[in-house]
Amino acid sequence: MIYPFLHIASISVSSPAEASRFGIHIYPKEVDFTAWKQVLAQEKIWTGFGNSVFRTVVGTFLTLIVMSLCAYPLSRKNLPHRNFYTMIILFTMFFGGGIIPTYLLIRSLGLMNSVWVYILPGLVPTFSMLVLRNFFMSIPAELEESAKIDGANDIRILLTIVLPLSKAVLATLALWSAVAHWNAWFDAMLYITDESKQVLQTFLRNIVITNSDAETLGRSAIANIRYEASIKAATIMFAVLPILIVYPFLQKYFVKGTMIGSLKG
Amino acid sequence: MSNVNITKIESVNKKVEREDSKWAATWREYKKNRYLFFMLIPVIVWYAIFHYAPLYGILLAFKDFSPMLGILHSPWVGLDHFKFLFFQSPDFMRIFLNTLLISCYHMIFGFPAPIILALLLNELRFGWFKRIAQTISYLPHFFSWVVLSGIVIVMLSPSEGPVNYLLNMVGIEPIYFLADTDYFRSTLVGTGIWKEIGWGTIIYLAALTGIDPTLYEAAVIDGANRRKQIWYITLPSLLPVITILFILSLGGILNAGFDQIFNLYNPAVYEVADIIDTYVYRAGIVGAQFGLTTAVGLFKNVIGIALVLGTNYVVKKMGQEGVL
Repeated sequence: MIYPFLHIASISVSSPAEASRFGIHIYPKEVDFTAWKQVLAQEKIWTGFGNSVFRTVVGTFLTLIVMSLCAYPLSRKNLPHRNFYTMIILFTMFFGGGIIPTYLLIRSLGLMNSVWVYILPGLVPTFSMLVLRNFFMSIPAELEESAKIDGANDIRILLTIVLPLSKAVLATLALWSAVAHWNAWFDAMLYITDESKQVLQTFLRNIVITNSDAETLGRSAIANIRYEASIKAATIMFAVLPILIVYPFLQKYFVKGTMIGSLKG
Repeated sequence: MSNVNITKIESVNKKVEREDSKWAATWREYKKNRYLFFMLIPVIVWYAIFHYAPLYGILLAFKDFSPMLGILHSPWVGLDHFKFLFFQSPDFMRIFLNTLLISCYHMIFGFPAPIILALLLNELRFGWFKRIAQTISYLPHFFSWVVLSGIVIVMLSPSEGPVNYLLNMVGIEPIYFLADTDYFRSTLVGTGIWKEIGWGTIIYLAALTGIDPTLYEAAVIDGANRRKQIWYITLPSLLPVITILFILSLGGILNAGFDQIFNLYNPAVYEVADIIDTYVYRAGIVGAQFGLTTAVGLFKNVIGIALVLGTNYVVKKMGQEGVL
């Protein structure tokens, strides 16, 4: 299960002779950090990292806010035409324009090559929003009623009563959103051509899968070709490490959250 | 005090007699809950822009798109694109078949895998070992297919990968897993299982904890060994969950895993690996055949929605709670 990660980690710090050795790699028999130095020296890796962090943090934050603003009214039984609004939102989960019409829309909105194309189109993940709505619906009505008697309007109820009670669900949804943003690569590939706005995953893809990033792979000097395998491995590890570091701390939220979402808690 | 009450009742009576009372009543409801609408309306606008506006682009499926003329003024060709796809294009049938086949392989092998793993994990007696095993098994789920494909490409490399190294040790020639049409689909299924098997066990393990332990005690008294217990108690208890998940996955049969295939495939395996979504990308975005590929997308969408509605209906008929 985790052997592949060990294998890659080992190759990333192996010397060229060791890296290309046909066999099982668990730890490097000859250590060589040149590949890592080469990767970390690439400016684009760091801009990619920065863009990914920007997208994950800002995107998740905005998503949480807008999702709450949407889920709360839909959870109130006294909302006029509630079924209508719920239906038109639910419909979008099953029927959409497809890649081409969405592409044309993004073009006509002027979002091509803008960092906001990472955030705006995916602002409200409908499934997560519905999970949040269901949770809001499960909050006892007495709390809302007593607040209304005290004269609170809906905004105050949302901010002072409902949201503080929803911390666990919000944490889980935030994690789902953060993972999705961190791992996103297709929208970046389609809509962004400016390298300074590109995300880490796309650079990773150019290095490891399409082999098209000659600069990072060090093909300018013949001597560097021997390091290609290690460079690829180091880049993979660079993308893997942030998640590995964060994972043990947040794992319990992921698991609980999935159970909430799927068992309709 | 009582005077005010009487006056109020009279005025309510008066309002009911007016003709526009329905609209006035609705407007009053909206005004009463105006804060809810201040919250909701911006989001509805967002849905209108990003989810409903693209629906206009579906017109492209029926037009011969010319960028200079725009969507509205491009010539109308009706069902020509669909006729081409179904009757004249040799590619489309192959692609459709690939999509179905790959989805079926994923279901035949990938669906039981988490169930089996969940049953095995359930047998573990040491709590700490079980937790560590679970944590490790979830891990690949959190990485993108870009990362995982990078790892898979190295692992399956015919010249440097450990898989072929082990094969070599038992005397088998190196296999180009990712470039060989005979092995590519199996590779897809295998790596797909690696990624999702752990995550898939979560639901089953949760369901397993809900099984009444007295059932097992009764079975032990009757002399049932562990295997019989699993067959007669555990599996039947899991049947509702299994059924729902199976039927739901049927609804997504036309999504054969674009992310995974797009990152693992190459021209050498197009004929077995091309699915609807990869074709739409190559012919549509790269090849700019907007009309044709929008038609393909529309076809997929309509079938998809029919499947989801259909399977949801079946699930409800079987007495389980549906998704919708």
